[in-house]
Amino acid sequence: MRRIISLLLEHEPGALARVAGLFTARGYNIESLTVASTDDPSLARMTIVTNGSDAVIEQITKQLNKLIDVVKLRDLTEGGHLGRELMLVKVSAQTADQKDDIKRLVDIFRGRIIDVTESTYTLEMTGSTEKVNAFLDALAHVELVEVVRSGILGIGRGKHALKI
Amino acid sequence: MPLNLRGADIVVNCLKDEGVEYIFGYPGGAALHIYDALYWSDAVKHILVRHEQGAAHAADGYARATGKPGVVLVTSGPGVTNTITGIATAYMDSIPMVVITGQVPSGLIGDDAFQEVDTVGVTRPCVKHNFLIKDVTKIAETMKKAFYIASSGRPGPVVVDIPKDITSQTADYHYPEQIHMRSYQPRVQGNSRQIARGIDLLVGARRPVIYTGGGAVLSDAQDALIDLVDTLQYPSTSTLMGLGAIPASNPFFLGMLGMHGTYESNMAMYECDVMLAVGARFDDRVTGDLAKFSPGSKIVQIDIDPSSIGKNVAVSVPIVGDCNEILVEMNRQLKERVGEIDRENVDLWWKTVESWKAVDSLAYEESNTVIKPQFVVQKLFEVTRGEAYVTSDVGQHQMWAAQHYAFEKPRRWINSGGLGTMGFGLPAAMGVQLAFPEDIVVCITGDASIQMCLQELSTCLQYNLPVKVVNLNNQYMGMVRQWQEFFYDRRYSHSYMDALPDFVKLAESYGHIGMRIESPDAVEGALEEAFGMKDRLVFLDIITDQTENVYPMIAAGKGHNEMQFKPSDREGEVQERELA
Ligand SMILES: Cc1ncc(C[n+]2csc(CCOP(=O)(O)OP(=O)(O)O)c2C)c(N)n1
Repeated sequence: MRRIISLLLEHEPGALARVAGLFTARGYNIESLTVASTDDPSLARMTIVTNGSDAVIEQITKQLNKLIDVVKLRDLTEGGHLGRELMLVKVSAQTADQKDDIKRLVDIFRGRIIDVTESTYTLEMTGSTEKVNAFLDALAHVELVEVVRSGILGIGRGKHALKI
Repeated sequence: MPLNLRGADIVVNCLKDEGVEYIFGYPGGAALHIYDALYWSDAVKHILVRHEQGAAHAADGYARATGKPGVVLVTSGPGVTNTITGIATAYMDSIPMVVITGQVPSGLIGDDAFQEVDTVGVTRPCVKHNFLIKDVTKIAETMKKAFYIASSGRPGPVVVDIPKDITSQTADYHYPEQIHMRSYQPRVQGNSRQIARGIDLLVGARRPVIYTGGGAVLSDAQDALIDLVDTLQYPSTSTLMGLGAIPASNPFFLGMLGMHGTYESNMAMYECDVMLAVGARFDDRVTGDLAKFSPGSKIVQIDIDPSSIGKNVAVSVPIVGDCNEILVEMNRQLKERVGEIDRENVDLWWKTVESWKAVDSLAYEESNTVIKPQFVVQKLFEVTRGEAYVTSDVGQHQMWAAQHYAFEKPRRWINSGGLGTMGFGLPAAMGVQLAFPEDIVVCITGDASIQMCLQELSTCLQYNLPVKVVNLNNQYMGMVRQWQEFFYDRRYSHSYMDALPDFVKLAESYGHIGMRIESPDAVEGALEEAFGMKDRLVFLDIITDQTENVYPMIAAGKGHNEMQFKPSDREGEVQERELA
């Protein structure tokens, strides 16, 4: 099953390498991994999307917890949660028809056009992975020049917070 | 607070304030400031090894025997890469160790400088944690954290990498008494409700078994463990790493389990209905084929590392915490509940276990023409009255030592169980002998293994370490040869040890005493003579049966109930075996 695991890490050099190294050393899958600093400069927040059997996921969370730099961990998939991804797409937009078509799709999906040249549009789209995928599907007939995805950022629903 | 100490002096002061007695090391450019600081120190004694691998194993042996963290000091680059085998060895067996490594000056890091290696990167997969110190004011706090992390929770090696410029800068020195880390708070106490649930299963068992591992030794749980075994009176077995926690002479002890464990231990594991695992991690050399592992049992597992629980086999009652603390609490709760034990069924179970015991699976064919390695270990046990610290290398000799030296106390059997590192035995013995100068320390080794850290014979002379080396010389990598005999149709590919040195002369050239023993009736006398020389290192080169195999055996991929016995116990099998 697909899981979204959120971590608070000590903001130390090497902390990311420890997490990434753990996944390769033990043969766990990483679908995506994002990391950045938080409001507390001593902490970094990481969201990992992984998949595996329940036993594998249990090992993944235990092994992550065992890393000295991991301060807190939550498997967001265990409760209500929100996941958002950001995608930047550069598409070929040469003719007026093509440009209209792309603008229409961007409107429908509530994306934005953030850069324009005489032959390309660069689009921004945020949303759940499903929505981002659906948008890419909708662009199937368009020539994709470049696709950049952030991977998922996750947060739990409700008042509860992953904080120290 | 002493003002303005050099970083190097701060490092040495930290060691002193941490109570470090010995530090095992080898100098080089990036560590020279620290070596300069050591020049003036007499509180911390430095042991100069002959190869950095030896330093790591010696510190490891010291740690295993004393329970205190072993300390290593090496230089950057090759100094570090030479220690990797030793660090990984300690990591696999959860041994507390602090490894201080010199690093090129901060400004050169990342420039492929002379003797630069990414120490934090290359050691990461085989340490509990590591640090790169970038600020002289952080040395003391980092050293404190290193010792704390290495020796608490599930112990393990910690590397502290210190660039050379940091060791020449100055700062005020203050060694913190305590350290608090928000991200690291290992759990010690077990949950008492879980303990009660574990007891429910234990007292309700009809075919119980107690299975203990290295964790029981690491947490010094022997007293509580003996108390538990004596109260429950259940069949008890131990992994290779746990030997000695339950005395071999305890009437409820069945000997070692696993690939070369006793028949009764493995069968008890296979047939039991309730298993109590204490500080044991269900390693593949213990479980055999997981699909056939203990098919009918419910498992209660005690371990300080949550990730060890339920990793390989499903566990009914997990109890996280320090083995000793949990066993003490378990014994307390158990006192009121011993009456619930189903003694009638347990007695029946013991009858079955006794029938397995009667197979006498460790028996070997005696000889008065060739020296049987098992016989040597038994004689060694007698001559040392079972009181020796025994280190070993890896191979057949290691298994015979584990099978035939009856360990009565924990921390006496010192071997690389997890990584299986040839070359461990001799340097580990040095660490043990330094810790216990008055005790008998023996290194049981093989003709291949001993050559992997042989250079440490020189260190032994320099520091007067009267280790006794017992070389079970079969002119083969015996364990490799055994597998080739069993599984490769006797194609003995590159397992013959050609061009062996004359070990007697070799020992003598290092300033020690060498003895060569070639006939069975000379073994006992030679051992007496060697152990009589209390202040000398004696190297006993004992020429043993080249064809002997370690039995019984569970071949890789087989189950506990599929043990293989020595040829004379197997019907219709060819008994004559010849070597190519
Ligand atoms: C560093 C290292 N290299 C290779 C091995 C694989 N190996 C395991 S046992 C063994 C043979 C050991 O031979 P010896 O030391 O003579 O002991 P014996 O088995 O003959 O008692 C080898 C090569 C190992 N365990 N460690």
